[in-house]
Amino acid sequence: MQFVFLLEQVLNGLLVGAYYLLIALGLSLIFSLGGVVNLAHGGFYAIGAYLAVTLAPRIGFAGAFIASPLLVAMIGVVVERLFFRRFYRSDPILSLLLTFGLAMVIEQSLRLIFGAAPQPFSIPPELRGQVLVGDFIYPRYRLIIFAIALAAVSATWFVVYRTTFGRVVRAGVQNPDMVGALGISLQPYMTAIAALGIGLAGLAGVLLAPISGVHPAMGAEILTAAFVVVVIGGLGSFWGVILAAALVGVVRGVTIFINPSWGEASMYLLMALVLLVRPRGLLGERILRFE
Amino acid sequence: MSGDRRGIIGIAPGGLSRRQALAGIAGTVGAVACPAISYGQADAIRIGHLTPVTGFLGPLGEYAQMGVRLAADEINANGGVMGRKIELVMEDSVNPQTGSAKAERLIERDKVAMIIGEISSATALGIGQIAARTKTVFINTGANSDAIRGKDCNPFMFHIEAANSMMVQTVGNYLKAANMISGKKWYMLTADYAFGHDLLKVAKKYVTANGAQMAGEDLVPTDSADFSPYLLKIRQARPDIVASNLAGNQITNFIKQYAEYGLQMPITGFGFDTAVAWGAGQGNFAGIWPLIWHHLVDNPSSKKFVEGFSKKYGRLPENQAWGDYNSLKLVAQSFAELKSTDPVKLQEHLRKGAKFDILKGREGYFRAYDNQMIQEMYAVKAKDASKMKDKWDIYEPLGVVPAAGTDLEVLAPEKDGTCKMPA
Repeated sequence: MQFVFLLEQVLNGLLVGAYYLLIALGLSLIFSLGGVVNLAHGGFYAIGAYLAVTLAPRIGFAGAFIASPLLVAMIGVVVERLFFRRFYRSDPILSLLLTFGLAMVIEQSLRLIFGAAPQPFSIPPELRGQVLVGDFIYPRYRLIIFAIALAAVSATWFVVYRTTFGRVVRAGVQNPDMVGALGISLQPYMTAIAALGIGLAGLAGVLLAPISGVHPAMGAEILTAAFVVVVIGGLGSFWGVILAAALVGVVRGVTIFINPSWGEASMYLLMALVLLVRPRGLLGERILRFE
Repeated sequence: MSGDRRGIIGIAPGGLSRRQALAGIAGTVGAVACPAISYGQADAIRIGHLTPVTGFLGPLGEYAQMGVRLAADEINANGGVMGRKIELVMEDSVNPQTGSAKAERLIERDKVAMIIGEISSATALGIGQIAARTKTVFINTGANSDAIRGKDCNPFMFHIEAANSMMVQTVGNYLKAANMISGKKWYMLTADYAFGHDLLKVAKKYVTANGAQMAGEDLVPTDSADFSPYLLKIRQARPDIVASNLAGNQITNFIKQYAEYGLQMPITGFGFDTAVAWGAGQGNFAGIWPLIWHHLVDNPSSKKFVEGFSKKYGRLPENQAWGDYNSLKLVAQSFAELKSTDPVKLQEHLRKGAKFDILKGREGYFRAYDNQMIQEMYAVKAKDASKMKDKWDIYEPLGVVPAAGTDLEVLAPEKDGTCKMPA
C-alpha cells in the first residue's frame, strides 16, 4: 500500500513539474542567449494571472487563455528593447539589479492597482471534475495544464532545434561574436527569444490562476523554484531544464509524503547535492563566455 | 522628515515652554507636560502602525491598514483627541527581525504614543518585548498564538485579536452541534511557524478531548503554493474531517485545490480570515469556520462600520480591518477619558477592565490576567454556490458564542498560570 501511495506521489510530482517547467524554460532561454538573469520573470507570471482575472469575465476563459500570454509577450518585447538590450554585454550584476528592481515595480504596481488581497478566480465549470485511474485521482484541469505545458515545450523545442531561426539562436548562445562576424544581427533574435520566454511565463500565469491564489507576490513564490530548476538542469540545456523540472516535482512530492515540513527545503537540498557533484548542472553545456 | 524636525524642536532651549503652552491649550497642564515629555511636544498624537503588507500575510495587512486609517479619519473628523489630531505612522513589518527593528524606531525616533498592529505571532512576540522594555503600549490586532498570552505575556502587550484557544472553542461549539467531532477521524494541515504549531496543539487537544481521533497531521511551509501532495495524502488516509490550521494565502490555495481535487470530506478550520476566502473564487469555499467578527454581525455600530468602510474603500470590511479599526478607536477613547497620552496610564486604564464598544452585541474588555480582550465570537458556514448573490456573499452566520447570559470569559484561554505579569 505504501508503495502505491508513493507511486501516486511520483506521478503527481511529474504533473507539478510541468508548471515549474513553463516558468523555468523561459528563464533558461533568456539567460542562455543574453546572459540576463531575469529576476522579474515571476512578475510576468503574475501579470499573466492578473490579465486572466481581468479578461476572463469579458472575453471568457478561452479568450483570456489566448490573449494574456500574447499581451505578456508584447510587454516582453518592450522590456527587451528598453532594458535587457543594454545589459547583454555588461557585468551580470547590473542585469540582476535591473531585473530585481523590475520585479519590485511589477509586484508593487499590481498591489497598487488590484490591492494585496487575492483576486477571486476559479476553474471554468466545464473544465472541473476529476479523472480516476484505478485508485489514483487526477483533476481534469491539472491534466489539461500538463497537456498544454507539453505542447508549449514541444513547440519551443521545435523553434529552437528545427528552424533556421533556432540555429542562429543556438549559435548566438555559443559565440555571439562569430554570429556577428557572419553578418547576422542578433538583436531581433534576442527580442524574439525574450518575447517567447516571457510569453511562456504569462501562459503559466493564466494556467495556474484558477488553482492558486492570485495575489501580487505570487511571482516571487514560484520564481525561486524555477531558478532551482534552471540551476539543477544546467544553463543552456533544453533537456536539462525538463529533466530538472520533473525531478524537482517528484522530489518535493515524495519528501512531503515522508516528512512534509521538509517539502520546500527538499528542492534546495537537491540543488546543493547536484552542484556538489556536477557544478555545471545535470546537462549543463559548456558556454565559453560564462566560464 | 517631519519626525526629525520635531526632534530638534524637542531638544531646543525653547522646547519646554512650547510644550507647556500646547498642553495648556488642551487644558491638561499637569497631566501631560510633566512625565510625558516626549509625548506632549507634537501637535498631533502619533500612533505607530506595524503590520505585514507583503508576504503570505500581506492580504490581511492591507485590510489592517484600511481599518486603522478609517478609524483615524473618523476620529480626526470629529475633532481629534483632546483637540489634537491623530497622525498614523505606518510601516510594513515584513518579518520578526525587521518588525522589531521598526517597532524600536517608531518608539525612539518617531516618538509614537503607542503601537497597533501585527498579524504574525512570531513578529508580535518581538514587538511585545520591545513594548515591555520601552514601556509603550502595543495592541496586537492579528496574532493568535496562545504562547504570547501565556509564557511570553507582559503588561504592555494587549490582544484585541482572539487567542487560538478562543477560535478553537468557538468553532468547536458548532462542530459539536453538527456531530463532527466525537468518534470522527481528523486530518489536520498546519502552517509551519509559531502560529500554526501553537494552534495545532490547542486544536488537537480540543478535538481529542471531545472524542475525535487523529488520522494524520502535516506541517505545511508558509511558501507552499501547491497542495497536491498533501491532498493525495489526505485522500489516502481517508479521514472523516479535514481541518486547516493554515494562515494567510495558504488558506486560499488550500480551499481552491481542495475543491479542484473534489474531495468529499467536510472541511473546517481553526484559524480563518474572510479576505483569503473571498480570494478563493466561485464554487470553491466550503465548511464551518470561526471568526472574531464578520460584516454580517447584526447590530447598529457594526452596520455603521460596514457602511463607512464600504463608502471609503468600495469593498466590505473583514475581520482584520475590524481589529485595527477598533484598537485605534478604543485607544483614542481612553486617551480622551484619561486626558493624557501617557503610556503607563493607558496601560493601567486598559488593565483595569475599561469596557469598550467593539461593534458586537456585548462590550469587550481586556482582562488583567493576560491582557486578552474578552469578547463575543462568531462562526460562519459556507453558502451553497447557487445561493450566492455576489463574490462577497460566500457564507452565512451560524450565531454567536458564548450564548446570551453566559460569562464571556468561558471562551478565553485557561488561566493556567503560564502568564506571570511582573507586578
